Amino acid sequence: MKKLLAQTYIWILLVLLYAPIVIIAVFSFTEAKVLGNWTGFSTKLYSSLFSGGVNGSLLRAIENTLSIGIIAAVCSTILGTIAAIGIFNLTSRKKHIMYFLNDIPMLNPDIITGISLFILFVTFSVTQGYITVVIAHITFCTPYVVLSVMPRLKQMNPNTYEAALDLGATPFQALWKVIIPEIRPGMVSGMLLAFTLSIDDFAVTLFTKGNQGLETLSTYIYADARKGGLTPELRPLSTIIFVTVLLLLIIINLRSTKTQGQGSKKH
Amino acid sequence: MNKRSSWSLPYLVFLILFVVLPLILIAVYAFQDSQGHFSFQNFVHFAQQPEAVSTFLYSIEIALITTILCIALGYPAAYILSTPSLNRSAVTIILFILPMWVNMLVRTLATVALFDFIHIPLGEGALIFGMVYNFLPFMIYPIYNTLLKMDNSYIEAAEDLGASPSQVFWKVTLPLSMPGVWSGVLMVFMPTISTFAISELLTMNKVKLFGTVIQENINNGLWNYGSALGLIMLVIIGITTAITNGKDKMDAEKGGII
Repeated sequence: MKKLLAQTYIWILLVLLYAPIVIIAVFSFTEAKVLGNWTGFSTKLYSSLFSGGVNGSLLRAIENTLSIGIIAAVCSTILGTIAAIGIFNLTSRKKHIMYFLNDIPMLNPDIITGISLFILFVTFSVTQGYITVVIAHITFCTPYVVLSVMPRLKQMNPNTYEAALDLGATPFQALWKVIIPEIRPGMVSGMLLAFTLSIDDFAVTLFTKGNQGLETLSTYIYADARKGGLTPELRPLSTIIFVTVLLLLIIINLRSTKTQGQGSKKH
Repeated sequence: MNKRSSWSLPYLVFLILFVVLPLILIAVYAFQDSQGHFSFQNFVHFAQQPEAVSTFLYSIEIALITTILCIALGYPAAYILSTPSLNRSAVTIILFILPMWVNMLVRTLATVALFDFIHIPLGEGALIFGMVYNFLPFMIYPIYNTLLKMDNSYIEAAEDLGASPSQVFWKVTLPLSMPGVWSGVLMVFMPTISTFAISELLTMNKVKLFGTVIQENINNGLWNYGSALGLIMLVIIGITTAITNGKDKMDAEKGGII
């Protein structure tokens, strides 16, 4: 009886949580401009989404979102991994300072990160656009990479590195052949996390994208919603995003259960 | 291995350039008038505008209500999910985390669509529901994590010593799970107090929150005033973090959500 009540509660919450997504997904398969009107099954919205129906601007926004996400994920993984190895070898006091600094971008609300970077770029007269958005994304992604890689470094047996050196490996070879393979799962989790954070971001992008017409998916939706009507093509798009995220999450979870990494559990 | 400690230098430089310096600039701008002289003008201006102050208080109120509702709804869920006798499937928690990974605007959009669909007018009620909907997973997950890691022998000990089930919960389980609750509070309260897009979408701009005010000022070129408002928000965030950190004894590296 208690179990039944508990399960009922859980499922009511889940139904509520998923209701909006399900409605969007269902109505992505009909043509009606207004959501809630069912005018028969159709995949027209999907084809018009990919044929660049909405003047191609939605498609461009998607491209920007993905390319920024990939660049930011790769850069923050490189920067974060190097940083993690460095921080790992620091003395305790300096380590704490680095941890503290590393925490700031994670604790800062998006809007503060956004306006502070905006003010920085304005102060130094940097033209805002693609590059500034990428820098901004690296700023808030890297701390998560550092935290994903760190547990791996802690688990590593430090003697393996020394052994490699004793056996005649150069420090670089030892790094590449011994340390990197050990921490790779953390790097991959960190990169995936960075990518999802980047494509999910809205506020920071809004403040650093400048006025050259650069739009990512988030800022596109925002601008679209402020204009009043929502582009119907956003329905198939949201559905695709949700399914993609579902697949990504399954992959991450499979990875982390396989390797028992801790990094992917963060956030 | 100590030579490689210098590897942290590039990141240190990066952090100083793109994290510390921008924050210092916010503070500098906040204490300057439009001519660039040191002044408290922006803060005086804020205090003298009843509308700005009431928006500020209203944002705190909305964030508090959202946080409390998230605890009220999320704690039982986390408790059920982490109790093996009530929930055997590990998949259920993944179902709860999943929406966290969908673009927040897409989720908000979906909520607006849902309200449209069942003819609920957009406004304050929709705003609170939408925020709870958006942030509930962020409350459930940390509480779930703490409950899962909790040492069951404490509960067994309490039971052996004759505590009733409700006593066990109130005197043992709940106090031990508070670190998770505080992480959750941090993860719900902070985004709700600083949000601006969600409130605009969910209320069709009828309700204005503090985040929106900051964004409007920055957008309109009022950088000094906008920075001052941002600084005020940072102080609120700082206080919240200090309170929750003080309570949250959990080692961030071992079990924290962030």
